[in-house]
Amino acid sequence: MADLKENASQTAGPYVHIGCMPQTAGLKRRNMSALLGEVMVSDDTDAITLDIAVLDGDGVPIKDGLIEIWQAAPDGSYAPSKDFAHWGRQVTDMETGQARFTTVKPGAAKGQAPHILIWIAARGINLALTSRIYFPDEDNKLDPIFRAAEARAATLIAAQTKTGYAHTIHLQGPKETVFFDV
Amino acid sequence: MTDTPFLPRDLDWHPPALHHDYRSSRLRAPQQKLLHIPQTETELTGPTFGQGDLGPLDDDLILNYAANGQSAQGPRIIVHGKLLDENGRAVPNKLIEVWQANAGGRYRHVNDGYLAPLDDNFGGCGRCLSGADGRYSFRTILPGPYPWPNGANDWRPAHIHFSVFGDGFAQRLITQMYFEGDPHIKLCPIVQSIPDDTAINRLVARLDMDATVPMDIRAYRFDIVLRGRQATVFENQMEGT
Ligand SMILES: [Fe+2]
Repeated sequence: MADLKENASQTAGPYVHIGCMPQTAGLKRRNMSALLGEVMVSDDTDAITLDIAVLDGDGVPIKDGLIEIWQAAPDGSYAPSKDFAHWGRQVTDMETGQARFTTVKPGAAKGQAPHILIWIAARGINLALTSRIYFPDEDNKLDPIFRAAEARAATLIAAQTKTGYAHTIHLQGPKETVFFDV
Repeated sequence: MTDTPFLPRDLDWHPPALHHDYRSSRLRAPQQKLLHIPQTETELTGPTFGQGDLGPLDDDLILNYAANGQSAQGPRIIVHGKLLDENGRAVPNKLIEVWQANAGGRYRHVNDGYLAPLDDNFGGCGRCLSGADGRYSFRTILPGPYPWPNGANDWRPAHIHFSVFGDGFAQRLITQMYFEGDPHIKLCPIVQSIPDDTAINRLVARLDMDATVPMDIRAYRFDIVLRGRQATVFENQMEGT
């Protein structure tokens, strides 16, 4: 029954900030309640930074995008916890294009290598893009989804930084990131 | 695993990544096909939200940015409907976030310089949770159409942006809602990036006189459908017990 098909997706447009991270749009938040998704960890002790940039076909960082991540806790579990939100979101900075998450490194879930789901919505993206971030210091070859990316699997691996990891998403070109239909 | 997989997404029903008439998609559309992968716990789970996450005026855009005793300018409307999945089941307790331009077609956003004025009493940001029966509702004002840099003379139909969470991240959806009778729907490259007219029609809210409050506020009905779940033996057993 066509009436019970999923709603068609539409782009988030350039003003996605207003609805999802209103403080970044310049809203003074008069009478608006708490922000959602900005803080993932209650205690920074074991936190890592995860820096993400999304480059368009010209290699230019997109500066009007929304990025969400969803990941297991260090024990590999998705069970709700007071200390860790599993879910976070940030916008790509309007000046630099960088998005920074403060999170913890996920543990391995059954049969998979540690990974973070990344979801990207922005102007010019008609159906939000889903990918995964894997880590350079893990045995990713045992992970069936990583392996499914075959020759392009390297596009899913973040780079180590002093305080955590950095990952660049390429929307197009020879280094185009693997995006999933899940 | 406690959850059965979601039904596959019909990628021919959604707009293709590249829609040439929508200029911004040209440098942002991936050129490789999406890689189909099985759903794991990562995609079958997702964040949950509760009333404690929301403020009392989050679902009222007429008032949630207005000074005391004042309200946003423009035709007052209720937007309401049901959050369902493709199996026709209500999807309860899910976060729905909305954003929109004001009655003149101007966004309260640092990057919007359209010459229509801002409304001091309108922010354009709202959110609500679907109820136990999947119903959701918010109050707002009718947004105005606005011009945008794409073709030589492109105007967006009046619309409200929706961000919707489901039970699992694989159901996460961003879309837009349009208004019955708007002549810009046929002219808009973003709307027309959707290949199927039936799919477009499903994004068009209908005037709902039954939910309209006389002498107060008109209502528009907009149902939102998320991906359904595959049937399993386990599920049938549950229904039978
Ligand atoms: Fe818009």
